[in-house]
Amino acid sequence: MVKTMLRSLREFKKPAILTLLLIIGEVFIEVLIPFYTADLVNRIKAGAEMSSVLKLGLILVLMALLSLFCGGAAGLTGARASAGFARNLRGDIFRKIQSFSFENIDRFSSSSLVTRMTTDINYVQMAFMMSIRIAVRAPLMLLFSVVMAFLMGGTLAATFVIVIPVLVAGLLMIAKKALPAFRAVFRKYDRMNQSIEENVRGMRVVKGFAREDHEKKKFASASDNIRKDFTYAERIVALNAPLMQLCLYFNMIFILFVGSRLIITNQGTTIDVGQISAMLTYGFQILMSLMMISMIYVMLTMSLESMHRISEVLQETPALQNPAAPLREVADGSVDFDNVSFKYSKTADRNALSAIDLHISSGQTVGILGGTGSGKTSLIQLIPRLYDVTEGRVCVAGHDVREYDLSMLRDAVAVVLQKNTLFSGTIRDNLRWGNPDATDEELEAACRLAQAHDFIMSFPDGYDTHIEQGGTNVSGGQRQRLCIARALLKKPKILILDDSTSAVDTHTDALIRKGFKNYIPETTKIIIAQRVASVEDADQIIVMDNGRIAARGTHTELMESSEIYREIWLQQTRGGEESA
Amino acid sequence: MPDKTDNRNSGAVLKQNFSSLGRVIRKLFGYYPKLAPLTVFCILFSAVVSSIPSLFVQNVLAVIEKWYRTGDWAAARPEIVHYLVILGTLYLLSLLSMLLYSQIMAYMTQGFLHKLRTELFDGMQDLPIRYFDTHQHGDIMSHYTNDIDTLRQLVSQAFPTLIQSGAIVLAVFAIMLYFSLWLTLVLVLGIVAMFFVTKTVGGGSARYFIRQQQATGALEGFVQEMMNGQKVIKVFNHEEASIGDFDRVNDELFTVSNRAHAYASILGPIMGNIGNVLYVVLALAGGVFLLSGFQNVSLSGLPFSVSILVPFLNMARQFTGNVNNLSQQFNAIVMAGAGAARVFEMIGETPETDEGYVTLVNVKEDLSELSADPNNVSGAYDRTAGNSGSVELDPGSVTETEERTGHWAWRHPHTDGTLSYTPLRGDVRMLNVDFAYEEGKDVLHDVSVYAERGQKVAFVGATGAGKTTITNLINRFYDIADGKIRYDGININKIRKSDLRRSLGLVLQDTNLFTGTVMDNIRYGRLDASDEDCVRAAKLAGADDFIMRLPDGYGTVLHNNGTNLSQGQRQLLAIARAAVADPPVMILDEATSSIDTRTEAIVQRGMDKLMEGRTVFVIAHRLSTVMDADVIMVLDHGRIIERGSHEQLLNEKGTYYRLYTGAFELE
Repeated sequence: MVKTMLRSLREFKKPAILTLLLIIGEVFIEVLIPFYTADLVNRIKAGAEMSSVLKLGLILVLMALLSLFCGGAAGLTGARASAGFARNLRGDIFRKIQSFSFENIDRFSSSSLVTRMTTDINYVQMAFMMSIRIAVRAPLMLLFSVVMAFLMGGTLAATFVIVIPVLVAGLLMIAKKALPAFRAVFRKYDRMNQSIEENVRGMRVVKGFAREDHEKKKFASASDNIRKDFTYAERIVALNAPLMQLCLYFNMIFILFVGSRLIITNQGTTIDVGQISAMLTYGFQILMSLMMISMIYVMLTMSLESMHRISEVLQETPALQNPAAPLREVADGSVDFDNVSFKYSKTADRNALSAIDLHISSGQTVGILGGTGSGKTSLIQLIPRLYDVTEGRVCVAGHDVREYDLSMLRDAVAVVLQKNTLFSGTIRDNLRWGNPDATDEELEAACRLAQAHDFIMSFPDGYDTHIEQGGTNVSGGQRQRLCIARALLKKPKILILDDSTSAVDTHTDALIRKGFKNYIPETTKIIIAQRVASVEDADQIIVMDNGRIAARGTHTELMESSEIYREIWLQQTRGGEESA
Repeated sequence: MPDKTDNRNSGAVLKQNFSSLGRVIRKLFGYYPKLAPLTVFCILFSAVVSSIPSLFVQNVLAVIEKWYRTGDWAAARPEIVHYLVILGTLYLLSLLSMLLYSQIMAYMTQGFLHKLRTELFDGMQDLPIRYFDTHQHGDIMSHYTNDIDTLRQLVSQAFPTLIQSGAIVLAVFAIMLYFSLWLTLVLVLGIVAMFFVTKTVGGGSARYFIRQQQATGALEGFVQEMMNGQKVIKVFNHEEASIGDFDRVNDELFTVSNRAHAYASILGPIMGNIGNVLYVVLALAGGVFLLSGFQNVSLSGLPFSVSILVPFLNMARQFTGNVNNLSQQFNAIVMAGAGAARVFEMIGETPETDEGYVTLVNVKEDLSELSADPNNVSGAYDRTAGNSGSVELDPGSVTETEERTGHWAWRHPHTDGTLSYTPLRGDVRMLNVDFAYEEGKDVLHDVSVYAERGQKVAFVGATGAGKTTITNLINRFYDIADGKIRYDGININKIRKSDLRRSLGLVLQDTNLFTGTVMDNIRYGRLDASDEDCVRAAKLAGADDFIMRLPDGYGTVLHNNGTNLSQGQRQLLAIARAAVADPPVMILDEATSSIDTRTEAIVQRGMDKLMEGRTVFVIAHRLSTVMDADVIMVLDHGRIIERGSHEQLLNEKGTYYRLYTGAFELE
């Protein structure tokens, strides 16, 4: 998991390694500084020559400058490496998602992907920065300090033999107890935030049922629950500081007592006052490093969850792969379904489509009718290979769709999805999704065909009108027509409209279909509709029911043969046209 | 680097943020009037105690100086032990107070956050719908997540550090003065440098951290849009282009994040090494003083000696270390100030006002037949024009009761001290109503609607014609600008909001379900409904069928607004939820829009039964849903342009006719 993620480091490997090196340098100097300062203090005390004291002082200042350089540079490279790592991770996730097929997309909710790309990566970025800055620094510091302490302090260093195990054991125990407590409370915390979100989204329902007080009570108890758990976890961690302080204090007293005894009994021959102060410094550094190590340990463990969620996306294999030697040309617009069965996932127990045999010759217009969940959308999604069949095969222009290059196939098969989306940008930007090189004339021609040109021109900014996120500033019918124009710009061999004119009035709808007939006669048109009128004049009408083709034929034939068709037709002519 | 205008603006903001920090402190002390001062005391105590040892170190070293030439440990020992025992006692006290305050801090921080959270949430429940319509949900949510998080940092880390390090800095400073004025003056030079560094580097870091938050927001918005349209991206082979767009947003975030962290991470080394240099300078200065026999000036009056210099140097280290600690909190404080300002801004939003005094009460008598035969009771039922159709009953003729009887009445206290009751019937009238969401942009003009008990009133019209607005007004999500709305003849402004809304069942197009079982979700309509009541309501709404096919039936847990259900199924549940509330008036705002015509026809019988005897307002695109209404209102740009029954409107051959024949596009 960590390996998968570290692969995203790439060009930021250099600053990351540089950070490590600089920090080794910084630690080295930081450990030497007390050594020299002790020397300095001793010389001053001994009344040494001013010039030698000054020289030592100068060395120390230089060392401080060097340490500043190393520390500062490490800060810069560390920030760059971690921010860069986060950038690459985000980029890799986004690219990965772009390579997802519909099946993969269905597996992740869009909000969970957003969280992974923001909050989770943020945690990882912090953990990474801490790791490269402290994970090396703290153990090194510990090592150097211990070595120096033993070199300088001799028997005084015995204190560390007592203090270090105590502190390590204490920190370990705290971390071990605190971690599961934190993990549990964070999960609860997430759930609480989700329920706040539900509340905000459903405020009309809350107020509509006058449930404000009910919600307040519910929230107060959830929040109090979290308070209790959080307090418990925080109280465990709060033991860290007193424990650390205890060790420091013990150190202080031990060194002062044993140190003074040593100095006095040896008459200052083995160690002296300067060394005592150096020992105190080393003691502080050693304990501090241990503390840092335990902190990092906790932080890394806590970010494991985030890492896991990120690598889950990175390790997801796209369900559809391009074939090895793909066909790069779609010859015509014929479509054949040979005994096709399909389910959305291998584990699903019900087929979304079963035993579909369907043959559409190039240039035909095919209408598809059927209730919600009858399999209309599933059927057409197999043609541009948005999903792969479970059994049987789907052919376009006589070749299995799995033989084509994916983007070639999808350029030849244009789908206007049921849940069609426009993106923020101008109308022109949105249309160019169909063909980035389209000329203004081509844009206009497509829009005329989709009956969109007139309303576009009625906007003050025409084709440069800005579309808000999600296309909320145009009406549903206008949005649908823009989406049709966008698909037409591909000049597809096969055009599929998945309930794409439901908000368009019948008159305009008819005009669009007439345009199709007159201006793109060689394009195969497959139209899913709720309105019988939208498909009445098709060459072939398919009635879907429960994942199967229940009936097929022309309008006249179906009126004779299909009860469902008759039912729908009657309902719509008697029970009022669907106008929306 | 920042430009000047940026600085000026941030200055004003900074001021406001600082006052928010003051408010956080006041709140903390308000919530914990005993614990908070105790904690501050403990922190101060342990801070002071941990700076005192320098004094004892100095004493011990002085003893060493005195004896080390003799080598007589036995003679020195009692003195040293004496100091060390005092030192040990102080340490113990400091440890105990530290243990105490760190435990209290953990308790207090979480308690504070809990109280703040509930205050925020409770306040939010009372905010008018307008607030939610005009604020992005993501922004509201970030108050609970990001902003509260910055406050957690502040209360649990920054505040204690500030108090502790601040106290240590002051105490150490005093002790240093006690030892030597000249050396302390040298130190002050260092402090000035440190202050300057904190201001520029720390300030830069805080500025970029705030920009990092903005950049993260921008990235979030972009990714959200792309993820929602991911399937369209696939269909159009648009992956490369959207990767290109993403890279731009991503690079912006990288740039500011890099700067924010760069500033933040160089602060420590700079401060630390100023400390190092200061140490050397002090040591040299001390050496010069020693060698030159310089006259010491100090509070203690002690002559300058090594036993002063050594602890002084240690104190200097302690001093700079703590100043460094203080400066490290700079970031957290600036961020928390901004977070606190945002939280308090939301807490300070004006809540929905409710001056209603007419309440809905249970009564023993069955008053439901009153409207049918008004002469039956000792009250006046006036059908003449100008009267809105109310029945007023003397207090003597009805008996109020706590228990649920299924019979309701409006309890109406009058200004003259008398009391009257009006049976709950569900008669809603709007008279000449004008309304605008924003001043000057009228959404409704002169709208009058009469819905008598049991009538079905439908609204038809394009998006933005004002259909939903009408329902927003009836249940007072928004208040009208001009005109009258009467419920059972009572001005709805006089009715307590919760009771008014309780008497109106609302089913919206965007169904919102809550995490919990299917049963819980239905029961949301009436909290004391039994399981049987809920099942009955589900059957009425035509939801029972699919619920029974769910893995755990009514016990199936719904997550995330019921993602495991289809939109149509969610709508059926929402209808069941409204049905269990059993209100006399129902508002169905596109409530069946996602149920296909065939299924709709199947659930129609249940729906018909559900609507029986109720006043129903229906908004629908699908004309088949509204055809059987008693009266259909065609709305256009906030005006009712046609009204009448289906047949009447068809005969008029106006807009409705053109809609019906499909010659006209809605939306």
